[in-house]
Amino acid sequence: MVGLVASERSLIGRLVLITLGFGFLLAASGFLGIGMGPSGSSFGEVWAIFSGNGGSQSITGTIVWSIRLPRVILAATAGASLALGGLVFQALLRNPLAEPYILGISGGSAVGAIIGLLLGLSPFPGVPLAAFSGSMLILFLVLGLVSGQSAISRDSMLLGGVMMNAFCGAIIMFLISMSQTSQVHQILFWLMGDFTMFSTDRLPILLTLLPCFLLIFVLARPMNLLLAGHDSAAALGVNVQRLSLILLVTTTFMVSIVVCQSGLVGFVGLVVPHILRMFLGPDHRLLVPSSILGGGAYLILCDLLARTLPGTGEMPVGIVTAVIGAPLFLALLWRSHRCR
Amino acid sequence: MPVISVKGLDLCYGTRQVLRDITMQVRRGEFYLIIGPNGSGKTSLLKALANLLPIGGGGIEILGQPLTGYTRRQLAARLAVVPQQISLNFPFTVADTVLMGRAPHLGLLEIEGEADHAFAREAMQFTEVAHLAHRRLDQLSGGERQRVIIARALCQQPEIILLDEPTASLDPAHQIQIMDLMERFRVEKGTTVVMVSHDLNLASLYGDRLLLLHNGRVEMVGRPSEVLVAERLAACYGCAMLVEKNSLGEKPRVTLVPHKYSQFL
Repeated sequence: MVGLVASERSLIGRLVLITLGFGFLLAASGFLGIGMGPSGSSFGEVWAIFSGNGGSQSITGTIVWSIRLPRVILAATAGASLALGGLVFQALLRNPLAEPYILGISGGSAVGAIIGLLLGLSPFPGVPLAAFSGSMLILFLVLGLVSGQSAISRDSMLLGGVMMNAFCGAIIMFLISMSQTSQVHQILFWLMGDFTMFSTDRLPILLTLLPCFLLIFVLARPMNLLLAGHDSAAALGVNVQRLSLILLVTTTFMVSIVVCQSGLVGFVGLVVPHILRMFLGPDHRLLVPSSILGGGAYLILCDLLARTLPGTGEMPVGIVTAVIGAPLFLALLWRSHRCR
Repeated sequence: MPVISVKGLDLCYGTRQVLRDITMQVRRGEFYLIIGPNGSGKTSLLKALANLLPIGGGGIEILGQPLTGYTRRQLAARLAVVPQQISLNFPFTVADTVLMGRAPHLGLLEIEGEADHAFAREAMQFTEVAHLAHRRLDQLSGGERQRVIIARALCQQPEIILLDEPTASLDPAHQIQIMDLMERFRVEKGTTVVMVSHDLNLASLYGDRLLLLHNGRVEMVGRPSEVLVAERLAACYGCAMLVEKNSLGEKPRVTLVPHKYSQFL
């Protein structure tokens, strides 16, 4: 009982500590992401540029301000959004395997975005709106497949999502085959997760994600109640339908924005919440801020690996996240079946 | 004034009607049991009372006010539900689970304060799970888990508590433990208890009144001695039953009669 009293006093303390800790991790990852790369510029040079002594017009200055900084900002916001997206879907479906990429939501965004690109829609808001429409369509198709709440139907939803993902993959291939040769390489690279196309003039697009982060943080306690089951949550005073709708639309919007800017980066929403839950427990009041900051740090580091691992050039960051995430997905699937 | 008043309630799942013209009234402080065979609509009725299922017709009043007049939060501050099954995919600790019962009394961004923790402590002591406060829910036995969920309901400070087969899959000792707990809850806190049960003998021993459902209709409402009649039970459940008076206060005792013993009836 002593511990119960202690936990009451320490929730805010833990929240502050976690925010500071993960904030530091994000900052450190960001500094690594900006300081390291194939150009070989040292951390000292990068630090000098940031402190205003390095000359922003130098080659290193151009690399830092025009290439690496926008890239790190995109990686951080994409990682935060995807990790948060995974966390929300896992709470809504009460399934630790749920994630926007696995459920086909990212695939739907990609189909919408490619159609938007091929139709020549504006980078903002044309393509993101097309991506949002695509992901909402897939979301409602997957939700339509499953209307019950049982464990079997939740597994069916996951299976339905995997099928939708495959279906979106087929549509993407069809669209690529119909597009001009010059666009094909660009689209293919983007599909596997590409941060190179992002530039600072697109930063305002990412700012639209901040209200989404805030909204999900505000809804963290009702999300805790969702984990007890939808009926239990309703009996504890949660308007489950309204909460689910707000969370689904917000998350789908976040994923659409991220997919438009960075392509398909999978498994972030699976890996980050899973690791955080192991250390912090299932309380969303702690998991939401740590997923935002930790997800950002995770994707910056994955992108760093994607840039620095190959001998020449770089590989799409989606390959790195898939290599880490896919085995974890299989391990979780195996464990969930063993526990039944 | 009854705390629950149901008039002409109809409820459908798609085209299938599961409850027809249900009328019932539950008095304050009563231990009210809903019994009936599988598929008779017991759980659906309980969910309708908790506004967890949309009703097709008729009306429900809780504490003198139409159910539709309550927001979810207002209702949860007056009426708690102990479900048949709970999700264990993301197990919270016992203390965190019990504290969830304070949700209807807190604002969206409000953090549980000293008073809320005091309620949680009291609820855990009442249900004798205080020593498990920091254990995870998935590490507990079925009986312990059920007591934790009852503690969560107690923490809501409800005037009415609805329970859906809380003794299902528990051994006799744990069944009695849960039923005694609810009896204590009713007597000491003045809470009205409405419970769905398959166990006719527990219903007989604890229920002030029983409601027998059959094919979605009310077959009979009354004291255990009025409802638990062999012929009526046989007609509803489709099997022979022997009903005698037990030696504990002359409550009816129901014994299932296998076919090979039917000549003794």
